[in-house]
Amino acid sequence: MKILVCISSVPDTTSKINFTADKSAFDKNGIQWVINPLDEFALTKAIKLQESQGATVTVVNVGDAGTEAVIRKALAIGANDAVRVNAEAKDSFSVAKEIAKVAQDGGYDLILTGKESIDYNGGAVPGMVAQLLNYAFVNASVGLEVNGSEATAVREIEGGKETISVKLPAVVAGQKGLVDEKDLIIPNMRGIMSARTKALNVVEPSNSEVKVEAVSFDSVAPRAAVKLVSADNLDELVRLLHEEAKVI
Amino acid sequence: MAVFVYAENINGVYKKAAFEAVSYAKAIAGKTGDSVTAISINPTDSSDLLYKYGADKVVNVKDAGLKNFSSKAYAEAVGQIADGNIIVFPHTTDASSIAPMLAIQKNYSLITNAIDVPESTSPFQVKRRAFSGKGFMHAKADAAGVIVTVSQNAFGVKENAASGSEEVKELSIANEDTKVINHEQSSGKLDLKEAEIVVSAGRGLKGPENWGMIEDLANVLGAATACSKPVSDIGWRGHNEHVGQTGKAISPNLYVAVGISGAIQHLAGVNSSKTIVVINNDPEAPFFKSADYGVVGDAFQIIPALTEKIKALKA
Ligand SMILES: Cc1cc2nc3c(=O)[nH]c(=O)nc-3n(C[C@H](O)[C@H](O)[C@H](O)COP(=O)(O)OP(=O)(O)OC[C@H]3O[C@@H](n4cnc5c(N)ncnc54)[C@H](O)[C@@H]3O)c2cc1C
Ligand SMILES: Nc1ncnc2c1ncn2[C@@H]1O[C@H](COP(=O)(O)O)[C@@H](O)[C@H]1O
Repeated sequence: MKILVCISSVPDTTSKINFTADKSAFDKNGIQWVINPLDEFALTKAIKLQESQGATVTVVNVGDAGTEAVIRKALAIGANDAVRVNAEAKDSFSVAKEIAKVAQDGGYDLILTGKESIDYNGGAVPGMVAQLLNYAFVNASVGLEVNGSEATAVREIEGGKETISVKLPAVVAGQKGLVDEKDLIIPNMRGIMSARTKALNVVEPSNSEVKVEAVSFDSVAPRAAVKLVSADNLDELVRLLHEEAKVI
Repeated sequence: MAVFVYAENINGVYKKAAFEAVSYAKAIAGKTGDSVTAISINPTDSSDLLYKYGADKVVNVKDAGLKNFSSKAYAEAVGQIADGNIIVFPHTTDASSIAPMLAIQKNYSLITNAIDVPESTSPFQVKRRAFSGKGFMHAKADAAGVIVTVSQNAFGVKENAASGSEEVKELSIANEDTKVINHEQSSGKLDLKEAEIVVSAGRGLKGPENWGMIEDLANVLGAATACSKPVSDIGWRGHNEHVGQTGKAISPNLYVAVGISGAIQHLAGVNSSKTIVVINNDPEAPFFKSADYGVVGDAFQIIPALTEKIKALKA
């Protein structure tokens, strides 16, 4: 079985998000980059399938050379090889097009992604890839098993869960719960060493059309100073919520 | 032309997210001078519920093959009916799975997580959530057609009655790639992303056995419950309750955070709540800097007392 895991490179979750002075772009100064945490769940799941079923795991990223450290980390975690499509990720559509091309060329049985990247919050690439390839798509997956030419995926739904059997090839977008937090792999020295010799193939983009432009960005407005209420005056808290904030 | 909107139902019953999406479509139609056509798949609820928020027309898809959800089949069904340039979806789990597939089918631009009415409709430009609550982006659609998903609770449900009409459309979409083999849904439980009030608790609660008081407070407030990431990591609560940068992003009217320190990743998911109350025994807890109201003290004393007082207010 061949698995393709899509990883995006995103600012570390502790990052403060700043924009350039003209607000036209995200300010990358001083940012540490990590594998999108939701993609890490997908990658971990893929590595589990590699261990249990002898699957081969390829990671793909659409990004400029700056993402290679993050791709190497995925290799250190255990992916067999990697593809980088040498293009700055501009919008979900152009990224999905590139991934679909890589997927088609490589003939993968399963494409695993995160549900959403924590930087641009598109939640769009996985479904687009699925439609471009005419594959089935399961989103918000919190469980996955593969049995031959079929997979059984569990997806979160509002107020519950749904178990679905899916014909492969398919696209499955994972989120927290897809694997246990304790199973996330921290690369060890051996992993890091072997990652250096694994193939990281750089391919040129095949398409440059974008469909959405980021015109400008805004920061989040800070809140006014907190009003502290004494623990033995909860009547005052209830009054404030009722009369001032009018939320209860 | 019509602005189309996907009115999501769960087991036939319209969700609040459907009313919000219709309200949003109506606001767009007000700008473009169009009418609003809502599309729903196998609803059992009355279309009157959608007219109330501005749907001029409701198209009810009847297709036994779509009894179970499939992103691809649903995208096809909606695509067969929505022949306008603007299609609105709520940003629910199901709808946000359909929208990207439909965008490819139609060759439209897709803008997700919109939080306000569009700044312009031609070209379509709108403010959207980005960086998981740490920023906003103004996104512009380049294609002639656009699909927009509306972040839940961002726009709100707005009554704007239309004298609507209903059309029933029989479809039979092939759905061979996926098969639902089990569906578990607890009815009656408030959906976290739709809830107006959320009571959330963190590691300060010491153990899962102490959540009774959180549920009691949530009950008197008519609130949903949530938790911080470590609480769901160690299994005190389910993953579905985890809010934050790597969990759910929510924007209720009131967010009550109990025994949560206020790490940057947690704040990202909740800082668009309209009012935030923080209860923490450490006056230095970072969360107080991002709160509207705060109480410094022991949650085990405060929560039961607060619950009684709110009960009294509501009585
Ligand atoms: C990649 C990554 C992603 C992450 N994503 C998320 C995310 O999406 N969501 C999230 O929540 N976290 C996330 N985190 C974790 C985050 O950094 C914090 O560790 C977490 O939010 C802390 O949870 P907490 O506030 O419940 O626990 P703690 O930080 O342990 O805080 C407990 C609080 O309870 C208070 N307390 C103790 N006893 C009492 C009492 N009797 N009464 C009142 N208060 C009391 C303490 O003063 C303290 O402030 C992420 C971390 C990483 C590395
Ligand atoms: N530039 C990229 N390269 C590879 N995969 C990506 C890229 N951007 C997004 N993805 C994948 O698509 C998922 C959803 O991303 P998005 O649609 O951007 O929110 C991510 O979790 C990744 O798995």
